[in-house]
Amino acid sequence: MAKGIFQSSLTKKYVMAATGLFLISFLVVHAAINAMIFFNDGGKTFNSWGHFMGTNLIVRTMEIGLFAGLILHIVDGLVLFFQNRKARPVKYAYEKPNASSQWYSRSMAILGTLILLFLVIHLKDFWLKTRITELTGNKHIYIDGEWVENLFAEMQLVFSNLWVVIIYVLGCFSLFWHLLHGFRSAFQSMGWNYSKYASLIANTGDAFSVVISALFASMPIAMYLNLVH
Amino acid sequence: MENGMNLTLKVWRQANAESAGQMTEYKLGNVSPDMSFLEMMDVLNDQLIRKGEDPVAFDHDCREGICGMCSMFINGEAHGPNRGVTTCQLHMRSFKDGDTIYIEPWRSAGFPVIKDLMVDRAAFDRIQQAGGFISVNTSGRTMDANAIPVPKADADKAFDAATCIGCGACVATCPNGSAMLFVGAKVSQFALLPQGQPERKERVLNMVKQMDEEGFGNCSNIGACEVQCPKTISIENIARMNREYLSATLKPEN
Repeated sequence: MAKGIFQSSLTKKYVMAATGLFLISFLVVHAAINAMIFFNDGGKTFNSWGHFMGTNLIVRTMEIGLFAGLILHIVDGLVLFFQNRKARPVKYAYEKPNASSQWYSRSMAILGTLILLFLVIHLKDFWLKTRITELTGNKHIYIDGEWVENLFAEMQLVFSNLWVVIIYVLGCFSLFWHLLHGFRSAFQSMGWNYSKYASLIANTGDAFSVVISALFASMPIAMYLNLVH
Repeated sequence: MENGMNLTLKVWRQANAESAGQMTEYKLGNVSPDMSFLEMMDVLNDQLIRKGEDPVAFDHDCREGICGMCSMFINGEAHGPNRGVTTCQLHMRSFKDGDTIYIEPWRSAGFPVIKDLMVDRAAFDRIQQAGGFISVNTSGRTMDANAIPVPKADADKAFDAATCIGCGACVATCPNGSAMLFVGAKVSQFALLPQGQPERKERVLNMVKQMDEEGFGNCSNIGACEVQCPKTISIENIARMNREYLSATLKPEN
């Protein structure tokens, strides 16, 4: 029985929804800390928070959970994708999918893959350079007597390249559509779909998708245009 | 009747479950806009029989939209372009002279083609048999169902779920080939009523287990099913099934 429950199509939904909501909670923290570049204090607040996130033991432990959640989300998504393809061995000669559903709802796998490709680039740009190797080119400063990596300066350097900015903005678009379906879908999967809250969940999800994606996209753009100092 | 429509039909022809099928083109003239879609198919079959050809096999029974037997995927949509109706309630006035109409069977690993446009939907019967019932002693003194009070809101929701005719349009239209709208409706109609309580937990566990064994896909909340459902059953019923399954899994005993 227990084994059957882990293989159940509904358990796969719960895993997808739970990891999705967990990753959404990470996006909130990530966006909030990154938005500190807009204080225009030469990255002082941002850098000290970045230092805290990179050195605090609890945060570093949660980081392992974050990677585990991400991998679970990806693996579960791939299992669903291939099982669902098998569920229709002979395709229709004529289909009209737009008549009854949104393209992004049907494209979660491809949008997720685009986000993953973006993540590889993104992790190489920042996470790898601060957590595994070291920032090159004297990018350290003293903040309140502490020797801190100047991630702000690294952002300025990375986002001085227009192509990088374009890739990041495209990544944000993929995230936007992925969230537009994913946010409300997670509530439906967990069974939290009551007519009383349906419009609240849908509107919150839409607003969240727009705000979080726009906020992330605004950072490389603002850096490229030298709007933050 | 000389000014009817001229139509080009592209129909899936498949001799039997084992053979490979293909789309075959037929020209049909003088089609009355007052015909139902199935009557149009009858006219096509009449022509084919007169020519000594094999008529197109398709499922149909009541032809008044309540039995759930008709099952065609018409121009890329389950039961055709109109909402809240089955194929038998679709009329040719929904089409124009000169139209090309694609007519295909439901496509699902759980619904193998028997012949042409007929598919085997016994998978739905097996899901029902796994738990889509209540056990009532029918010998001797049976209890009047109306003697048990049911809140009106619950009765309405249970009735909405119970209007599912099990036609399989949800599976046919789902990009994932998932049967969760059907199972969600069948689980919901009993979960909401007092008569459904004794078997509530084992019902959802057994029906979902059977659904998975039949080879249907996984729901990803795309929502196409509720749009194409001829009984406009809401995906709220899928959410209810998700809740029922979660609580039955976490707390299997009372």
